[in-house]
Amino acid sequence: MAVASAQQGPHEPHGPDLREPAGWRRTKDRVATWLMYLAFVLVIIPLGFVLFTVIAKGARAISWQFLTASIPPNVLPLGTGGMGPAVVGTLEITALAAVMAVPLGVLGAIYINEYGGTGWLARFVRFMADVMTGVPSIIMGLFIFSLWVLHFGYSGLAGAFALGCLMLPIVIRSSEEMLKLVPDSLREGSYAVGATKSRMVVTVVLPAAIGGIVSGSLLAIARAAGETAPLLFTILVTATVNANVFSGANTALSAQIFVNANQPYDGAQGRAWGAALTLIAIAFILMIAARVVTARFTRYSR
Amino acid sequence: MSTVAQADPARAAGSAGPLSQRRPLGDRTFQILALASGLLVLVILVLIAYTTTQQSASWFSHEGLSGIFSTDWDTGKGKFGPMAFVYGTAVTAVIALVMAVPVSVAIALLLTEVVKPRVARPIIYVVDLLAVVPSVVWGLWGILVFAPWLQKIYTDIAGGVQHVPVLGPLFGQPVSGASFFTAGIILAFMITPIVTSLSREVIATVPAIDREGAYALGATRLEMIRGAVWPHSQGGVVGAVLLGLGRAMGETIAVALVIGASPVVTSHLFAPGYNMPAVIANQFGEASGVFRAALMGLGVLLFIFTIIINVVARGIVDRSARRKRGA
Repeated sequence: MAVASAQQGPHEPHGPDLREPAGWRRTKDRVATWLMYLAFVLVIIPLGFVLFTVIAKGARAISWQFLTASIPPNVLPLGTGGMGPAVVGTLEITALAAVMAVPLGVLGAIYINEYGGTGWLARFVRFMADVMTGVPSIIMGLFIFSLWVLHFGYSGLAGAFALGCLMLPIVIRSSEEMLKLVPDSLREGSYAVGATKSRMVVTVVLPAAIGGIVSGSLLAIARAAGETAPLLFTILVTATVNANVFSGANTALSAQIFVNANQPYDGAQGRAWGAALTLIAIAFILMIAARVVTARFTRYSR
Repeated sequence: MSTVAQADPARAAGSAGPLSQRRPLGDRTFQILALASGLLVLVILVLIAYTTTQQSASWFSHEGLSGIFSTDWDTGKGKFGPMAFVYGTAVTAVIALVMAVPVSVAIALLLTEVVKPRVARPIIYVVDLLAVVPSVVWGLWGILVFAPWLQKIYTDIAGGVQHVPVLGPLFGQPVSGASFFTAGIILAFMITPIVTSLSREVIATVPAIDREGAYALGATRLEMIRGAVWPHSQGGVVGAVLLGLGRAMGETIAVALVIGASPVVTSHLFAPGYNMPAVIANQFGEASGVFRAALMGLGVLLFIFTIIINVVARGIVDRSARRKRGA
C-alpha cells in the first residue's frame, strides 16, 4: 500500500492543487511553517517549566548533609536528615545492573552483527530486542518479583536484575548499530594476518567501535537510573540505609520521590524535590560523559 | 570475555592450518557466549510471559470468564474485574496520542524539511531532553505543580460546557486536578521524543528526487510535503505513532501519581480515574493472595497488549526503513 502511494508521488490526484492563486498558496505555506515552529515551542514550555521547578525547589533542599544523612520521618521539616541511603541505593543498584547488562548486551550485539549476520535467528533476535525495549518497565518489576523475590526475598540485587532487563535490549541495539559502522576492510585485514574470529572481534572490531558502544551504554544507564516502577516490587522501599546490595530491603532516589510525592508534609515534599534534582543531575552527568566519549573516541559514525 | 585470552592464533595457524575446519577452543567458546547473550533476550521474554502468567493463574480461576470482562473492582468484596483499568489505559493513551502526534510530526517535518542541520541538532537535543526527565519527576511535578494549576482551568471549562451536548459529558463536572486528562497530558510530554525521532527517521528516507520533482513543478514547501513527503512516509509514521501508543500504555509512575486513583468507567475526562500500570504500582505492595494475582494478571494483559503493538509497529517501521535501503 505504502509502496503504491510512494510511486504516485507528486502526481497523486488528491494532492495539492497547483492552480490555486499564488498568494493564497504562499500564505498557507507560511502558516504551515509557523505551525511547525509553534510545535517546538509547545515542547519547550513544559520542559522549561519542569526543569525550572525542579532546580528552584531542589536547590533549596540540596546540601552535603542532604546527600549523605539518613532519611528522617516524613513529618520533619526540610533541613533535618537527607536522602543518603537513597543516593547510595541508586548508585549501587544502577552500577550492579550495568555490570550485568552491558557485557551481555555487547556480546549479544556481537552475536547479531558478527556471527548471525543476515540469518533468520540473528534478525529475529534483533527484532525481539527492539520489541523488548517497548515492554513497560513495570512488567520487569513484576517479572523479577515472580522469578526472584518470591524465592530469595527483596534486595538491591533483585532491583538490579529488573533494571538490567530494561538496559539489555537498549545496549544490544545501540552496540549493534556501532558494530555495523566498522568497515569490513578491518575484518578482512585481521583475517589476512591469521587471526581467529574471536581474536578479530576482540582486538580489531571492538576497539574500533568502543566509543559508540560506551556512549550508548552510558545513555542506557542514565535511563535506568531514573526508573522507579521496576524497583517498587524488587527492593521494597525502606528508609534505613542498607549497604549490602545483595540482601535485605533497599531504597533508591526514584522510589523515595514516588513515596514522598504522596505525603502531605512540606518537609517530605521538599526532600522529594531535592531527590529529583539529584536524580536529574546524575542523568545529566551520564549524558555529558556519553557526549565526551562520543566526541573523543568515535572513529566511525553515520 | 576472559575466555578470549585463551585463543592463540599463532598455534591455531601453525598446528591446524588456515584451511582446517578445526577452530581453537577459545574461539568456539566465544561464539557460544555471544550466541547465548543474544538468545538471552528471547529467554527473558519467554520467562516474563511464563512466570507472570503462572503467578496470576489463581486470579483467572477465581474470576472466571465473565469476571475477566467485568468492571467491578472491589478488593474488600473480592471482586477483581479489570475492565475499568483497561478503559483508563485506553482513554489516557488516546488523549496522549491526540496531543503528541501532531506536535511530534510537525517537529519532525521542521527538522527534516525546514531548518538547516546546524539548527536541527540543538532542537533534537532539546526534544530528547524530555525523555531524560525521569518518569517519577514528571509525576512529582504533575501532582504538586501542574495538577493544581490545571484544576482551575478544568473548573472554568467545565462550567462553560456543562450543558453543551457531547462536550458536557466529556469536559463537564466533576473536575479534579488529578484526572484522566492530566495523565494524558503528562503522557503526551513523555512520548513526544520517541514519536518525533522515529518520524524523523522515516521522513528522512524520502528520496531527494521526489522533493526536487515537486519543487520543480512549482510546489510550495507545504505542497511538496503533502505531495511528495507524506505519501512516502505515512506508513512509517503510523508505525512511530503505534510505538508511542505502546509507551503511553505502559508508562507507570508519572501516571500513578497524577491519574487520581479511582477505578471507574466514566465519560468525564476531567474526573479522577485509574489505568493498568498505575493500579499495579500503587496497590501491589499491600496485596496478597487473589488480589496480588489479579494485579499480576493486569500485568499479563498489559504485557500482551504492548507486545502486540510493538511487534506490529516495529514491523511497519522496519519495512519502511528497508524500502529506503532497497531504493
